[in-house]
Amino acid sequence: MAMSRDEIFSEVQEVLVDALGVDDDEVTDNATLMGDLGAESIDFLDIVFRLEKAFDIKIPREELFPAESLMNEADFVENGKLTEKGLTALKDAMPHTDLSGFESDPDINKLGDLFTVSSVVNFIDMKLNGA
Amino acid sequence: MRWIWIDKFTEFESGKRAVSIKNVTLAEEHLHDHFPGFPMMPECLMIEAMAQTAGIMVGEAGDFKEKVILAKVRKCVFHDYVVPGDTLKLEAEMESLAPEAASTHGTITRDGEKIAEISLMFSHIDQNLGGKEFPEENFVFTDTFDSLVRGVKISGK
Repeated sequence: MAMSRDEIFSEVQEVLVDALGVDDDEVTDNATLMGDLGAESIDFLDIVFRLEKAFDIKIPREELFPAESLMNEADFVENGKLTEKGLTALKDAMPHTDLSGFESDPDINKLGDLFTVSSVVNFIDMKLNGA
Repeated sequence: MRWIWIDKFTEFESGKRAVSIKNVTLAEEHLHDHFPGFPMMPECLMIEAMAQTAGIMVGEAGDFKEKVILAKVRKCVFHDYVVPGDTLKLEAEMESLAPEAASTHGTITRDGEKIAEISLMFSHIDQNLGGKEFPEENFVFTDTFDSLVRGVKISGK
């Protein structure tokens, strides 16, 4: 049976509460994993492992959080910003994330803010329901 | 791994599960200070014992080619004190194993009584930390722990 977005959200919420030691009410749609919820690099792997378990799916790490591999491409970054090419690659890699705000100022320091709770929920939704 | 904190493996199922024993003795000097008149095993050293049990399990799953480092204590609950004379049984299970990392779940018991539950995460550091370089040699799995692992292989479990 397909899961509704609300059902996915509450599973994701539980995963983040356990993985990051935060409270339920901190895990809102717009909360960023790094800025608001204090996630560090190893936490992303922990989150991936827990999501795989919770939803019984396989998640290649760079699929959910592709920013790191993009930043290591010389063509994609210039003066601390993503190039046109990099931005296109990011869009391809992250269809589950709303990039409209980021496009106007693609500062790589802001990449971390793209990982929000709702982008994780969208990702799972796409995986499960192929939306 | 620079020091050994578990005494032997009693069961070992490659990539799945490992069980080890740790005997606690008053000959351990830190117990004289922790605490004077009331020696008890520091909880952090129970985490260390589990990290060695689970860490060697993770290392063995990759033929000890990766440098396996404890990266995160995911969960940790203690139910009772551990004192000199106690024998701890540490059971670690592999939860997830990926090219970059692994997560494990473990329980510590004493005579069947649950003492602690400890879930850990290990990083394969050469596969992580974008671009940082580490020495060629595997400084995690050195000769120091050879005998411990040999014990596992001899017992054939």
